[in-house]
Amino acid sequence: MTIQLEQLAKTYADSEVPVLTDVSVEVADNEFFVIVGPSGCGKSTLLRMIAGLTSISAGQLKINGVLANDLPPKARQLAMVFQSYALYPFLTVAANVGFGLKARHFSAPEIQQRVAHALKMVNLTELKDRKPKALSGGQRQRVALARAIASDAKICLMDEPLSNLDAQLRARMRLELKQLQQQLGLTVIYVTHDQVEAMTMADRVMILNEHQVQQIDTPINVYQNPKNEFVAQFFGTPQINLLTATVTGHQLQVTPDFNLAVTRPLPEGTALCVGIRPNQLQFKLTSRNANARIQTVAYLGDKLVATARLSDDQAVRLVSAETTTLAPGDLIAITGAQQVVLFDNATGKLITTEQEVAARATIAVG
Amino acid sequence: MQQSLSGKAKTRPLTPANVTVGRRRWSERGYALLFLGPSLALLAVFIFWPMLKTLYMSFFLTDKFGHITVFNGLGNYRSLLQDASYWASLGATLSYVAVVAVLTIVLGLILAVAAQQQLKGIGFFKTLFSSTMGISVSVAAIFWLFAFNPSVGVFAQLSQALHLPEINWLADPHFALLAIIITTVWMNLGFTFLILFGALQQVPRSLYDAADVAGVAKRTQFLKVTLPMISPTLFFVTTVTLIDAFKSFGLIDLMTAGGPSNATNLLVYRVYQDAFLNGSYAQASTESVVLTLLIAVVTLVQFKLFGKRVTY
Repeated sequence: MTIQLEQLAKTYADSEVPVLTDVSVEVADNEFFVIVGPSGCGKSTLLRMIAGLTSISAGQLKINGVLANDLPPKARQLAMVFQSYALYPFLTVAANVGFGLKARHFSAPEIQQRVAHALKMVNLTELKDRKPKALSGGQRQRVALARAIASDAKICLMDEPLSNLDAQLRARMRLELKQLQQQLGLTVIYVTHDQVEAMTMADRVMILNEHQVQQIDTPINVYQNPKNEFVAQFFGTPQINLLTATVTGHQLQVTPDFNLAVTRPLPEGTALCVGIRPNQLQFKLTSRNANARIQTVAYLGDKLVATARLSDDQAVRLVSAETTTLAPGDLIAITGAQQVVLFDNATGKLITTEQEVAARATIAVG
Repeated sequence: MQQSLSGKAKTRPLTPANVTVGRRRWSERGYALLFLGPSLALLAVFIFWPMLKTLYMSFFLTDKFGHITVFNGLGNYRSLLQDASYWASLGATLSYVAVVAVLTIVLGLILAVAAQQQLKGIGFFKTLFSSTMGISVSVAAIFWLFAFNPSVGVFAQLSQALHLPEINWLADPHFALLAIIITTVWMNLGFTFLILFGALQQVPRSLYDAADVAGVAKRTQFLKVTLPMISPTLFFVTTVTLIDAFKSFGLIDLMTAGGPSNATNLLVYRVYQDAFLNGSYAQASTESVVLTLLIAVVTLVQFKLFGKRVTY
């Protein structure tokens, strides 16, 4: 099952500001497609538009090539898992899973068989006679999944299905969801605000912000070649460093004592935004030619995350694999970066990326 | 040395912990009594004592002043059950209660569902629907007395305009109870609407979304999602309405005073008449006890019948 969105837009009748504009993408059969963005960016609205729960203001939605703009939800042949799980508290687990199958005119034995199969897939067979109240959060989540499985729909829409679970369970469920999707050959559209979820599960990610698509690509490409500052900041922890710099000669001057030697010729004097991932920033502990001073240090067991101040007071995040060497107040020299991403200072759009950029420190910090 | 050893063996060491536990238990009870005391005293004087006194009096005969004269055993009960007019009152009460409860719940639910629709100006109607909650029985009685008035009332003018036979609502024994029922339902609607509306608002939207995606028709959703979800509230409202209906007094006193020809002489009003107008305190006590038992039985039956279905 494929899903095509062509310039989809949503504007509510009582407001002039669009909730979504110009969303176009083609989700392939058996793809795990993740829509990610901060709260209020319209990602849930987009999912509801695909489900048929919210009307489409403009553009076309095609499911398996068929125009679906005005089809009622049930005619779209999809399943949906809600953030709140949407379980009926007065029904048993089994009845919750089978809810709606009767409306689709399945016979009683077939309903029973489908429910049993779905419950087995999510390991809930023993709990089938319980009410949702008597289940843990993780189990409720599984019931919601089982309901999607029982519907036998080949498209499954998921609206932040893991956000109510604790961190450990969430990590486990990510893997299970992904396995389930591959096992059942589902086309999944998955909405989340969690970039880690998007990175770990997605075949492709769509990043939404301020009612617009920022980028659609594989997680790796989104991480390595972010189309703009927003995308660069949204992915990766600790966050990417975005530093302002001016082009002087063949160098990007961040501060007088911190220059980056880029190869691409750039117009002299332009102000740019330099993006460097903390783990790609190379530095050494030294008092000679230092260009930054360590401010805070956090140990994360296998690595150390630190912030440092440049001479013009800009903050820089660093990651070091050596966990015992840094302390607040230490002077360091930033020597280079494995990758540098340059953005237009005014528009925030990507200009170019460069690998293995050397940095030069000329004057020591006071 | 020996003494101190044996002493240790016999008595439990008196540690500070033991002492405080004992003291705390005492002081906790003392405080509990202190806090509960005033309301317990009030309840005892104004509720428990009259209840027991009523039960006690129902086994005796009384004089005009309510003083107990002769023990009568179950005699009061026997004569009550042989009184045809009592059975008529009981019948009128039961039909009144049943019709009031059904109409109140059904109309309240219809209004609550209507008020849920996203329509312009719905806020005005929400206020309107719940407005009877803020109206006192006496005001309502005067308002409806005018409405039912055979010369100037709305109903009379309406039937005149439509060339329907004229009904003297409050003076006709066939219609007086219906008039009281209409007024009671009108009075009940505000509260019932508000509670049911609140319950409807509490049903999570996602349950309907899930039903939409599953392909469940809207009408089926009302039966399969809405009604089960608000069933605890429906149960509560039904119980309150039933008990309230059994106890209806104010409207009857102000609108018909039990008449015409005892058509609206419901059980509570009968108790009032027998005690304070006829001076038959023993008989009134007996009727009170029977009424209490009746309400208890109806409520119990309701709990037995529906109580299980609403707990989820």
